[in-house]
Amino acid sequence: MQFFKAGTINVDFIGKRRLFMLISVIAILVGLGSLMVRGGLNYGIDFAGGTMVQVRFAKDVSPDDLRQSLAGVDLGDVSIQQFEDDEAHEFLIRVEKSKAGLVSLSDEIKVVLDEVFGSENVDIRRVEMVGPKVGKDLRRQGLLAIIYAMIGILIYVTVRFEFRFAVGAIVALVHDVMITVGVFALLDKEFSLPILAALLAIVGYSLNDTIVVYDRIRENMKGLGKQNFLTTVNRSINQTLSRTILTSLTTMLVLISLFFLGGGVIHDFAFAMIVGVMVGTYSSIFIASPVVISMQPKKK
Amino acid sequence: MIKSVKLRLAIVLVSVALALIYLFPTMSGQVPGWWGKVFPTEKIHLGLDLQGGIHLLMEVDVEKAMHVSTDRLTDSVKRMLVEEKIKVSEVSQVHTGNIKFVLEDVGELDHLQTFLEERIPGWEHMSTQGSIVLYLVSEKERQRVEKLALEQAVETMRNRIDQFGVAEPEIRVQANNRILVQLPGIKDTRRAIDLIGKTALLEFKLVNDQFDPTKISVAELGDNLEVLYEQARDPETNAIISKRPYVIEKKSLMTGEYISNASVRFNSQFGEPYVSLEFNSQGGKLFGKLTGEHVKRRLAIILDNNVYSAPVIQEQISGGQAQVSGRFTAKEAHDLAIVLRAGALPAPIKILEQRTVGPSLGRDSIRNGFVSMVVGFLLVVAFMVVYYRLSGLVANLALVLNLLFIMSILALAQAALTLPGIAGIVLTIGMAVDANVLIFERIREELRLGKTPRAALDGGYGKAFLTIMDANITTLIAAIVLFQYGTGPIKGFAVTLSIGIVSSLYTAIFVTRLVFDMVAERRSLKKLSI
Repeated sequence: MQFFKAGTINVDFIGKRRLFMLISVIAILVGLGSLMVRGGLNYGIDFAGGTMVQVRFAKDVSPDDLRQSLAGVDLGDVSIQQFEDDEAHEFLIRVEKSKAGLVSLSDEIKVVLDEVFGSENVDIRRVEMVGPKVGKDLRRQGLLAIIYAMIGILIYVTVRFEFRFAVGAIVALVHDVMITVGVFALLDKEFSLPILAALLAIVGYSLNDTIVVYDRIRENMKGLGKQNFLTTVNRSINQTLSRTILTSLTTMLVLISLFFLGGGVIHDFAFAMIVGVMVGTYSSIFIASPVVISMQPKKK
Repeated sequence: MIKSVKLRLAIVLVSVALALIYLFPTMSGQVPGWWGKVFPTEKIHLGLDLQGGIHLLMEVDVEKAMHVSTDRLTDSVKRMLVEEKIKVSEVSQVHTGNIKFVLEDVGELDHLQTFLEERIPGWEHMSTQGSIVLYLVSEKERQRVEKLALEQAVETMRNRIDQFGVAEPEIRVQANNRILVQLPGIKDTRRAIDLIGKTALLEFKLVNDQFDPTKISVAELGDNLEVLYEQARDPETNAIISKRPYVIEKKSLMTGEYISNASVRFNSQFGEPYVSLEFNSQGGKLFGKLTGEHVKRRLAIILDNNVYSAPVIQEQISGGQAQVSGRFTAKEAHDLAIVLRAGALPAPIKILEQRTVGPSLGRDSIRNGFVSMVVGFLLVVAFMVVYYRLSGLVANLALVLNLLFIMSILALAQAALTLPGIAGIVLTIGMAVDANVLIFERIREELRLGKTPRAALDGGYGKAFLTIMDANITTLIAAIVLFQYGTGPIKGFAVTLSIGIVSSLYTAIFVTRLVFDMVAERRSLKKLSI
């Protein structure tokens, strides 16, 4: 089976590079815009600090019942979220506060829930408490992780290829991260540690794609050195196109499986990855190589 | 590349056999007795998020430890000065690490300074104003005390956890006076946190019955008295149901550091639990002396500033034994005995981060993770066969082996498998076929150029090799950074992703090439099913 008939595919990607760059710039601006409108990312408790309790009831409980039962506890801002998919009456209770003492807010919540609904009906499935200090540390570490990954990649690609290729790769990566983060801002989805892991996986994945194209350019430059650089690049993108799409497809297959079947925590992770893989595939075709071209010294 | 097909086949077979050996304990559940003598018995570790348990990041209040330790030293300096006949009207720690001396005779300044320099090298002279002399705990000494406090806290926690009985606990010191504790399989979070985090400073102090604790004013309390409470808690909800105040003399007559053993006993009359304490010989003497000196007074037994009981001393107690009774359940008495045996923490701790996963959620996560892995795997396998036919089957063989290797390396390295780790494996499945896709697409290109199957194979593998290496090494860079900066479960993702990348290089290049070569050796290749 083949998606593209052998040798027939020859799309002029490079000729339209300005159009695609414009599309990307618009996408990034939309993301940045929604980030500004919302006043920053919707950080999960990993980064913002706070307390989260995942509770399952053995009987019928409505979100309002739950909210009312917690009214007596001094929790500050409470958000209650019901799990959509199940009939098991499972909720996420998120509180902005956290307490450093031995008796945590989650204990207080448990006491109240046990009292109101009967302890035999309450199953505390998960508790997460992150103090504000740790949240700040995790935010800083996350940013550092992405920066260090980029620096490592910049060095490796410069050594193996050329500096302008490295710049192209990094521009593509920043592009992927910004758009994925932008999508999270736009949809007001929670940004947590697993999402950060997804961003780094996206960086790795998108780079993988980009390197394959670069590798082909390098190979073609040796063989067809005399030809126009633009033609060489365009030809390389076309030659690797079926592979680029195939790999995205197989990766997408497993991501879709994770998205639908992986359960709560994995769900959002898979979502970030799906967005990232799509953007990453796009950027290795339309962004990474054109950037290399624009850094090509002009002939006099 | 090794030329000999036989040698390569041997390498692959040996590696597969090794992988199976490492996986056997995990797969079979129970290994036969003889197995352990020859082969490894370690199973794959499940992370806290899969088997349930508690993850706690705590900070030791080293500032407080510093304060307490300086207070103690200040007290002994005070005694030493009396012996040395240097008259001071005041020696006190004004704030943490700052000690103030007020000399009665300014002429003795030199004497005091030489004395302190000689005997207390950790203190540095800061300033003198008339008769007031200020000393400061040196930076070096401060660091020593803080380090000691941290080590002592870890040691105490380890003791308590060991006595409580947790399988495979993990206790690690981290930067900034932090301690990470992971307790797999714990169900009662509340109890575990209490057990680990309780300072458990046991003190014996006198009750002052001259004042009514409900009416005493701040002025009457002065510097030497304080009001402490005896609290009764509801055993079900842990809520405070009653509070009884006492006027307590602040001076601590004795602390729990002399305890040699503590155990739970039951009151013969009502069957109520209490904790029986045994002191070491020094403690026994001290306790005998203090009870002898204060017959008919009430002695409050105080744990972390909560009064447990305040019995009247009927007569001198010289047997080196005491008991802590109060309103607690058998469970609480059991835990109290543990913390008293293991000793007090040198300073209070703060909980910075707590993550608890209940066993029911862990089970669900394993099921979800497993199902998504199988489904993802089947989708990719089906796709590869449809798209590349027989060659797709070869790639699928590589994929199966890749999974086998990832799992066995996890067992070998005893790295924990977490939910994000499973996500990493699933992702690896999707990305691992990439190497084969690259190779197969190259082979197709070569075939299109009119090359023979044999030559196309050589060309495809040869040309794709460097590309695959470059692409995977860069991904590996991202995975390693993730490992360095990730915490907890995220590390699990980085681990499986890294292992998956490396092992996919082996299976997707080395193993598949071997299969093609073996086929080509048997019959002359006229056509490739690709």
